[in-house]
Amino acid sequence: MRVYKISKQDEKKLFKVLEKFGEVWLPVKKGGKCTFSRIYSEDRLTFSQTEICNRPLLPLKKLLLPPEFNTLDFNAERYNRAEQNVPSRVVVGSHACDIHGVNILDKFYTTDFIDPFYRERRKKTIIIGTSCEPDEYCFCNKTNTNIIEEGYDLFFNDLGHYYLVWVGSSKGDDIIREGDDLFDENITDKIIGDFINWRKVNENFFTNDIDFYGVTDLMELKYNDNELWEYFGDKCLSCGQCTMVCPTCTCFNVIDDLEVNKNEGHRRRYWDSCMFKDYSMVAGGHNFRKTRAERLKLWYTHKLKAFIGQFGNPSCVGCGRCIVTCPVDINVYNVVSRLKGQEKELIRK
Amino acid sequence: MKLANDPHLYTPITMRIIAKRDLCPDVRFFQMVPAGEFKQVKIDYKPGQFMMLSAFGAGEGPFSISSPPSRKGIIEFGIRKAGKVTEKLFTLRDGDTVGLRGPFGNGFPIEKMLGKDLIIVAGGLGVVPLRSLILYALDNRESFGRIIFIYGFKNVEEMLFNEVLLEMLDSDQIELYLTADKCEVKDDKYKGRICEGQVTGIFKDLKNIDPGRTVAAVCGPPVMYKFVVDKLLEFNIGKNNIFLSLERRMKCGVGKCGHCSIDYIYTCMEGPVFSYWDVIHMRDLI
Repeated sequence: MRVYKISKQDEKKLFKVLEKFGEVWLPVKKGGKCTFSRIYSEDRLTFSQTEICNRPLLPLKKLLLPPEFNTLDFNAERYNRAEQNVPSRVVVGSHACDIHGVNILDKFYTTDFIDPFYRERRKKTIIIGTSCEPDEYCFCNKTNTNIIEEGYDLFFNDLGHYYLVWVGSSKGDDIIREGDDLFDENITDKIIGDFINWRKVNENFFTNDIDFYGVTDLMELKYNDNELWEYFGDKCLSCGQCTMVCPTCTCFNVIDDLEVNKNEGHRRRYWDSCMFKDYSMVAGGHNFRKTRAERLKLWYTHKLKAFIGQFGNPSCVGCGRCIVTCPVDINVYNVVSRLKGQEKELIRK
Repeated sequence: MKLANDPHLYTPITMRIIAKRDLCPDVRFFQMVPAGEFKQVKIDYKPGQFMMLSAFGAGEGPFSISSPPSRKGIIEFGIRKAGKVTEKLFTLRDGDTVGLRGPFGNGFPIEKMLGKDLIIVAGGLGVVPLRSLILYALDNRESFGRIIFIYGFKNVEEMLFNEVLLEMLDSDQIELYLTADKCEVKDDKYKGRICEGQVTGIFKDLKNIDPGRTVAAVCGPPVMYKFVVDKLLEFNIGKNNIFLSLERRMKCGVGKCGHCSIDYIYTCMEGPVFSYWDVIHMRDLI
């Protein structure tokens, strides 16, 4: 892998370079919430792990599969694929956990059948990852998603006065070539020392004591532990926020809308949630998952176990979004805690 | 199977309804063919597969194919009016069009059934996908041993495909048992030909079942499976030779929308036909 150094003094100059590859997006604070937003000037561009806001409420999937879009246009005689008009984007500021999330989406959407809508957006999205300072909710070190080796085009490691830049793809290499005079290929022993030190310091940020060991087996063995699942089911509001913010939740619903003239219409696809009551309901009214406990069990099976069968890893990437989002504190930490027979809970501030 | 990398994965082709008739008050039989620019499209499928059917403006849903692949060209569905899409379908006339994608799912494992005796058990609307298998087996009669078909329904009015089934009762090609939960026969043609009771009540009448050469296929309401499987197991039929066709909510048919997920599998991809051995290993399958 090719590695470069770039001085922090030069980071703003990269805006003009990145703009040549597409719209530039970055997590910024809006109304108190961290959210991926398009930026239009170099003033807001940064790769700094302390300046970029932590944990955008909605992960990268927001850009790769929008919360809602038209898939088809139709009239009484013909269904046509809707034009997507997908812009090229350079998305700066994704952390390792979220890029692991995208890698899972990549596997999911391109295994067996390839989802054409995901593929189109994914191909037009350049991912520039950045290093981060984990907070008390992060547990990517426990899900082995704190280090990222693939899935990004460039990755910026914040080492104080400069960044170490890892090149992860041919497109990333194109960006380096475009901003050639800003990048220094000479990686000195001092730089290597700084990086090793960063690794050590970074590891010390983790305070989340979630114990992931054996969780996959426990998910299987405690599947019929009704007391455990009903404890959470009784609290659950079925609001679906956990699934909206989860980087690896992919479920969608599809609905047809008619234009006012009733002669044509559009098929609309939008994020769905397995927490919703009608998620497993079929025509005629039979519901395969009537209770909140059953629906929670499906979600946690998917996050903590099921992906192993499908793709070799569980699908939780340790981002902590469920912990900071759930209004009644049902989250991976608290479910794992109960699976382990403990009652300690992590409550969001 | 469609190409895996198809930009039109979610785009239905247009089909024209060429005939329809009511099988009972709320179940209608539709026959359709590819229309217009899609006339040349060949839809190859296996018994037990399903397709995603779109009704203009109302939406899309999964429907089992009822026609056998051995009778090419026309695709048939037996559809119960039960929701928005099906209500719209019931308003359509001959010549009207619908959208169609697929086929999807695994279908029944014909290769495991060749040369074997078949026990086919249908409950209610479950007869729709099984009709595809039965007609396929009859069209290739020399490739199968005995064909035993047990069909249960609530009452005689809800018996689907009644004319062809009455003909089958007189045929030596198939051993057919009809049973109604409540058997009040008004029409003479049914007299003495329909038992009263549930499908499980028929099994005591089955003679000389050879478990070593028998494969079973079952489709019906969720509550039926366990009881039918118990009866099949009493005959010592292998758990890997009992096949159940299951229903789930589906919005895509290609393992993406998530609604049909069970544990780590998607019913639309690994199913909708599962062996009983799969069922034992998967949580909440039946």
